[in-house]
Amino acid sequence: MNLIKELAQRDQVFSFMMPSVSPVDVRHGPILYLEDVSVSFDGFKAINNLNLTIDDGELRCIIGPNGAGKTTMMDIITGKTRPDEGSVWFGSRHNLLQMNEPEIASLGIGRKFQKPTVFEALTIFENLELAMASDKRVLPTLTARMNGEKRDRIEEVLTIIGLETQRYQRAGVLSHGQKQWLEIGMLLMQQPRLLLVDEPVAGMTEQEMERTAELLTRLAGHKSSHGRQSVVVVEHDMGFVRSIARTVTVLHQGSVLAEGSMDKVSSDPKVVEVYLGEGH
Amino acid sequence: MSDLISSHQAPSANAVNSRHWLAQPFTEKATQRFLLVLLGAVALVSVLHLAFPEGHPLHVSTYTVTLLGKYLCYALLAVAVDLIWGYLGILSLGHGAFFALGGYAMGMYLMRQIGDRGVYGNPDLPDFMVFLNWDSLPWYWHGFDMAWFAFAMVVLAPGILALVFGFLAFRSRVTGVYLSIITQALTFALMLAFFRNEMGFGGNNGLTDFKDLLGFDLRSDATRLGLFIGSGLALAVGYILCRAIVSSKLGRVSVACRDAEARTRFLGYRVERVQLFVFVISAMLAGVAGAFYVPQVGIINPGEFSPLFSIEVVVWVALGGRATLYGAVIGALLVNYAKTVFTGIMPDAWLFALGALFVLVTVFLPQGIAGLMQQRFRRRPEPTAEENAA
Amino acid sequence: MSIRPSLRSALSTLTALLMLLSAAAVQAAPQAAPDAQATPQQQKVNAQDTQAAALLNQLADGSYHNKAKTIEQIADSSDERARQWLEAFAANKLARLEDSGEFVIIIKNRGRHWTIANALTGEPMGKRSRRDIDVIRVNNQLRNQLQDILSVIDLKVSDPERRLAAARDLRGKVTAEMTSQLRKVYVDEDHAEVKSALEEALAIYQLDTQQDPEAIEILDGSLSSEARAALNRAAQSDQPELAAAAKKALSGIQDKLKLNRAAETLYFGLSLGSVLVLAAIGLAITFGVMGVINMAHGELMMLGAYTTWGMQQLLPDSPGLALVLSIPAGFLVAALVGIGIERSVIRHLQGRPLETLLATFGISLILQQLVRTVISPLNRTVITPEWMSGSIMINEALSLTLNRLYIMGFAALVFIGLMMIMRKTRLGLEVRAVTQNRAMARAMGIRATRVDIMTFGLGSGVAGLAGVALSQITNVGPNLGQNYIIDSFMVVVFGGVGNLWGTLVAGLSLGTLNQLLEPWAGAVLAKIVVLVFIILFIQKRPRGLFPQKGRAAEG
Repeated sequence: MNLIKELAQRDQVFSFMMPSVSPVDVRHGPILYLEDVSVSFDGFKAINNLNLTIDDGELRCIIGPNGAGKTTMMDIITGKTRPDEGSVWFGSRHNLLQMNEPEIASLGIGRKFQKPTVFEALTIFENLELAMASDKRVLPTLTARMNGEKRDRIEEVLTIIGLETQRYQRAGVLSHGQKQWLEIGMLLMQQPRLLLVDEPVAGMTEQEMERTAELLTRLAGHKSSHGRQSVVVVEHDMGFVRSIARTVTVLHQGSVLAEGSMDKVSSDPKVVEVYLGEGH
Repeated sequence: MSDLISSHQAPSANAVNSRHWLAQPFTEKATQRFLLVLLGAVALVSVLHLAFPEGHPLHVSTYTVTLLGKYLCYALLAVAVDLIWGYLGILSLGHGAFFALGGYAMGMYLMRQIGDRGVYGNPDLPDFMVFLNWDSLPWYWHGFDMAWFAFAMVVLAPGILALVFGFLAFRSRVTGVYLSIITQALTFALMLAFFRNEMGFGGNNGLTDFKDLLGFDLRSDATRLGLFIGSGLALAVGYILCRAIVSSKLGRVSVACRDAEARTRFLGYRVERVQLFVFVISAMLAGVAGAFYVPQVGIINPGEFSPLFSIEVVVWVALGGRATLYGAVIGALLVNYAKTVFTGIMPDAWLFALGALFVLVTVFLPQGIAGLMQQRFRRRPEPTAEENAA
Repeated sequence: MSIRPSLRSALSTLTALLMLLSAAAVQAAPQAAPDAQATPQQQKVNAQDTQAAALLNQLADGSYHNKAKTIEQIADSSDERARQWLEAFAANKLARLEDSGEFVIIIKNRGRHWTIANALTGEPMGKRSRRDIDVIRVNNQLRNQLQDILSVIDLKVSDPERRLAAARDLRGKVTAEMTSQLRKVYVDEDHAEVKSALEEALAIYQLDTQQDPEAIEILDGSLSSEARAALNRAAQSDQPELAAAAKKALSGIQDKLKLNRAAETLYFGLSLGSVLVLAAIGLAITFGVMGVINMAHGELMMLGAYTTWGMQQLLPDSPGLALVLSIPAGFLVAALVGIGIERSVIRHLQGRPLETLLATFGISLILQQLVRTVISPLNRTVITPEWMSGSIMINEALSLTLNRLYIMGFAALVFIGLMMIMRKTRLGLEVRAVTQNRAMARAMGIRATRVDIMTFGLGSGVAGLAGVALSQITNVGPNLGQNYIIDSFMVVVFGGVGNLWGTLVAGLSLGTLNQLLEPWAGAVLAKIVVLVFIILFIQKRPRGLFPQKGRAAEG
């Protein structure tokens, strides 16, 4: 149906004649670029003139009190929520506001949800299989066959997330922490250019937190087959943030309150007032 | 909800297919068993019908053969509903519409086969058109005198309706109860439309008085048996097709869409296209079921579009057990057998029984009969994953 | 010379007085007996009777010349019985009893004994020998006069409604003989509507007979079919000027008619719409607050309708009272059954909307069959009380049926009531809290279970109210609910879930749309078009006209 619609629009290049996924253009530095983004729900401004730039290969932590707009920001980047105004660019070529969720995902933006969301009815192996970077159109999915190379890739990730012995268990039986790992594993399977990670260590033990921190720092800047990976972490746990953060952005009432190194940010009186002051 | 349904699928490494997707079902034990039972039963009924003379205690009468054939059509319809409800989480309350469209396509072919043997003896027009003083065949009736065209329409008519409707609905992410309600509105609107004489489908009376199919007399015992066997084969083929889809990677994506639609999108899957694809397949299967149904019962009228029928199909699936496919077959056979018995001895009680069935199944038996069977089955030690993988 | 006339006049006055007294005594006796204190009403009646008896005596005793005058007097007396007397008089059927002097009307004058009735009270008096009956004489000249008078006598009654009906009835029936009488009546008439109807009647006559162009001016803008017929005839006239004027007037009338027809369609649309709103609003509450699709909602409406029927069976003599009583009764019955359904079934299916849909559908089947088995599979008749039947005539092209008007008012009251409950009461506050965030509301100490019960009871009760209203405009039978359930769902889905205003706007606009389409598409096709429209609309706005926004909408 879409094809017919496109054929009628003769002023545009047919999408089937365009290269399927054009590479992300990061020659100018940033991989993600949000400018003057605002969105409101029933008069409540969840995001208010937000400006944010993530450089290619960067690991960025985003903190902020509840309702600061962190999750809404992720929703906007991944196409779930449309902002009322502003622009969002992936590299300098892709306008994310013109794309839907699957298109954004196949561009190479992966997301881990705040509440771990895995496919509980499927096994861990199957969860990873579905996440694997592949042709995700309907017919190729129908005829897709498992082969040694794919199996190896899944095994590799299973080892990383430490679930290799439970691979044929349904994801529904996993503990909260294990689900977090599985979701991280699914992110890895996607081989994204940009990882959006929402509260990754909630429900994890100290050791698991350390492993996560190690994994995330290793991922950022890592050169995969597509290019360098960048990571954006939203987290409440200040200890965890301190352990991984190079640059920290503080969100407050939908806009950036402060940005810089952890030390610089945590000594900023504005930040202390709205955020750190409450919890510490 | 996901917890309830997931337990139907015994996890195994086999589920991740390394074979051709159409070959996959034949390797599954449960599917093999199902096909064996189905084809065995069809063969048994045929043999009993042919080998023993009428009046013999083991003889299966033509009436029973046709009745069973009708049940098999219902079973195929139930499988089609289970494919989208069980695996995709789309509760269609309008699948009767696709069933009826397939049935009407077949009915139109059968009408044209009557030729000049109708009451009015008009070689060009079906009786009801002569009665309504129409002087020529409406354009959409052309081609239905050719079997290949009519049989193509059996799948295309429901398929195209499902494609258009599904495209509109899934694109704008109409799901859950909203989708259920508008599918119900769809079949209701179609019912009203087909009731109108002006539509050219026989209005209230529908299409009936069929004489023969592909040259075989519909009243002869042999044709009846043939249709019964055909229905059995259609169910088998439909079942294998559905099985192939649900055990492919697409089947797992469907389950993913069912349980966490947003998550699936963020993995890069076009949820609406997955839904549309499976929905259209399901509608086509329902159309085939309708096409086998019509020559056996000898009539198709707008009653098949009634919302009650469509929702009844859903309760067959619920009783049998969702997301199992074979549960849908069990449910369809059981409920329809019960309906035949009930309406025979105390017709007033049937709606009470059906209503109670709706309530009891949803409250007390959410996993259906298949769920009960699996619980029993699972007491035996499960083969470990490693053994399966080997 | 000077004495005799005075003596004669005194004598005649005396006899008249005596007669009056006797007549009054005869008349007053049976009525005065039960209560000695005559009410003002009765006094008026008595006065009228006295006058009437005097006039009738004049008629009986006077010469033919005087009779002609008396006829006029009777006609002008604005006594409602005048027509009866004069008609009887013309037919030789008005008489005076020789013994008592009472005036009677002869009902049957065959054989020796004639059947008679009292001319003043209308009471039948059985049979009397024809010898006792003194028929008041009439001649042909009087008959002619009577005919003219009778044609306008209804224009002289005191009740303006009857005068109006009579005046309207005259249009197109005016004869040459009547015109002089009519003109007189027209001049005397002071009721504006009656006056204009009379003017119209005369104008039609003038246009037809004299091709009077002034008549066209009078008829211009009239909505009556007779005026249009007269104008049409004039438009065919061979006088070009007259024909042109008539055509112009006709086209003006057509425009006016179109406007009226539009108003009528709007009225039907709004009344259908308010029925839809009534049917859907309970659903909107349960769906919006609890996320529950109650497929048995239609059957709760059916129960409300049956409650009305039951009430009327209990109070067979006062259907109106029964109807009023069934408003609370219908609410209670439906609410209790609804709460029963919630407690026994829906509670166990929380968070599983599709299963709830199926289970409540099962309940709807059971309720339907229950009614079929216990009461009857056939439709029951619910009586419409007198004060609800009939219609209000806005003008001649537009009359509004009263029962629909009442239902619109009722729907408005129910809507306002629900709004008040939602806005002003504690329950409403809690309901709104639960709608927006169930978990949070519970954390705040709101007992969500109690809110569920109350909400479901409220939604179901409103369904019962809808049923009471429906019993006045549709057949009460086991299928009543089924016929409305899909429409109600469409209204809720169209309006947007959890929004009463949305339901109101959606119901009214869908009702109007349906009525707008009906004239050119037919009822069935109109319904199909509306369904298809909603199916398409949902694609554009999946959350309806007035969607909930933000996080709450995604739960």
